[in-house]
Parts: sequence; C-alpha cells; structure tokens
Amino acid sequence: MKLETLSALNEARRARRPALLVTDLSSGDERLVDVASVSSDPLATHLDAALRMGKSALIEDGDQRYFISVQTPPLRILCVGAVHISQALVPLARVLGHDVIIVDPRTAFATPERFPGVPLYAEWPDKVIPTLGIDRYTAVVLLTHDPKIDDPALHLALHSENFYIGALGSRKTHGKRVERLQAAGFSAEAIARIHAPVGLNIGAVSPAEIALSVLGQITAALRLKPDGSKA
Amino acid sequence: MQANDEDILAAAEEWRRAGREVAIATVVETWGSAPRPVGSRLVIDGDGNFLGSVSGGCVEGAVVTEALDVIAAGAPKLVSFGVADETAWQVGLSCGGRISVFVEKVAA
Repeated sequence: MKLETLSALNEARRARRPALLVTDLSSGDERLVDVASVSSDPLATHLDAALRMGKSALIEDGDQRYFISVQTPPLRILCVGAVHISQALVPLARVLGHDVIIVDPRTAFATPERFPGVPLYAEWPDKVIPTLGIDRYTAVVLLTHDPKIDDPALHLALHSENFYIGALGSRKTHGKRVERLQAAGFSAEAIARIHAPVGLNIGAVSPAEIALSVLGQITAALRLKPDGSKA
Repeated sequence: MQANDEDILAAAEEWRRAGREVAIATVVETWGSAPRPVGSRLVIDGDGNFLGSVSGGCVEGAVVTEALDVIAAGAPKLVSFGVADETAWQVGLSCGGRISVFVEKVAA
C-alpha cells in the first residue's frame, strides 16, 4: 500500500466519509474509490454491493482477483444528557471503538470535569444537533428524562437516517412521549424506531450497567437483522 | 486504544511517517470457523512490533514472520493458514478454519 493511499484512507475516516480500497492481489496495485465514483468504476457492481453491505470482500474479475476493503466511518453515539449514565457510557464506548458526543444545555451537567476529553456541547439539542449532523453511522441516545431537552433531539433523530434511537424512561414515561410524538404528527412506524425503555433487559441497576445494556442494544442494532438473525 | 481496524491504519501511517518500515496484513478470505472476519488487519513494523489481529492470536506470529520477509523483499504476498496445512497447524489455527492473508509493504 502506498503511504499516500494509507493517508487518504485515514483522512476519509476522520472526515466520516465512507471509502473503498480496491487491491489487485497479484500485483498489489491499488486504487481508492469514493462513494461518488463507485458508479463509474470498472468494478461498480461489486463495489456497490460491498458498500451497501458494509462488508469487505474478495472478488474475481476474469483472471484477476481483487480485494475490496470497505471502510465505513467510526460509529458515533450522540448522547443527549450529560448525566451519570453518560459518564459510564463514555469509557465503555471507547473500548468498543465508538466516538461519543455529549449534548446537554444544562451547564452544571455538561462540564469538562465530568467528561474529560469528550466533545461536549452545553447547548440546546435543536440548535447544536443540526450542525453536528446525524448520519447512518450515528446512534442517538436520549438520557435526560426531560421532554424539553429530549423531545427536540428526538424529532431530529426521527427525521434523520441513523441506525439506532434509544430513549431513557419507564414504560409510563415512554407512553407520554409517544402521545406527544403522535400529537406532533409522527407515524406509528417512525415512533416504533425508538428503543424504549432503553437498553437490553439485563436487569441493569447501576449507571454503568445501564450504559452496558444500551451499548449491547446498539451492537445488536448494528449486527443483527430485524428478525434477530446475524446480518 | 487500538480497538478497531481503522485505528490500526492510523498507527500504520504514524509509524511510517516516523521512518519505520511497515507492512499491513489483511484477512482477504476465510473458510469455516475463522476467528476474525474478512478485512481484519495486522500492522507490523521492521522490528516485529505489531498491532491488531488477523486471527485472534492463532497465527499472528507466522504473519509477523511473513511481514518481515515482505518488508525486506518489497513485493506483496498472499499467505494461507488452515488445518489442511501442517505448518499452519503448528502455528496454531486450531479452531478448524482457514484464512488467506494478504501481506503488503507500505511504500514510500
């Protein structure tokens, strides 16, 4: 691999752009293909399939064998709520290789002392989230318990392409949330995208256990098909 | 933290820019119950230091040896490990799977 190619791959990752690397396995020749150039590439069909599945693959084209390496952006967890659960979630998410962003307009919660080294936005979600962007590699987790903060973020999440939405709160709290969403015009299908009560049922009690259950559910959303079989 | 393959590529670039010789090994094909999926990577420097994994620990030692050859020779190599291969059995892909690993040098 050329250093130039390696550098471009790393640059794409930092900019959250998907990238495809095609390597000729006999010569080692390579080319980097961005999403916009997939359709004009000689291996367009294969590249398109690899990108869609998010899976690297070995393919044969005539006598040649190529390896298509798919690099998708790192998964990002957008946490609304600079709360105790978020503090526990940060180190766990790091171990999993995910980026975490914290949004909470309450300046007493959103402090660097509580979240060292984490991108932290002490602003209202409807103001800051549009600038951060929610993409298909983003999970949105609502943890404030406060509709004034959670709901605007939830509206943005439901209007965007993301792979997971989770919202903290009991069934009763979620029932009220569903009523507000219905009143705001969201369809049953859209509302069904929300995982609530948030997290896998592992009997979590402590903030760290709840964070673990949320990350388990995020992993399942990423790795399993809707029917529960392996994607 | 070198938790995923992208972090490993960032390390590869950093190592190379610091003047170290670097090779990248990528799992390109698997059969049976291979321990790490296609696309998994191991980054190796000229002194045999490595990051990442291609088999969860089973054949890393052998891949490092291949990488040092590739660093010396310059040309890439496709290597297979599996139960069908006695040498591979010795290096320990005992889980019963087979993997093909593409080893290439980071040039320039």
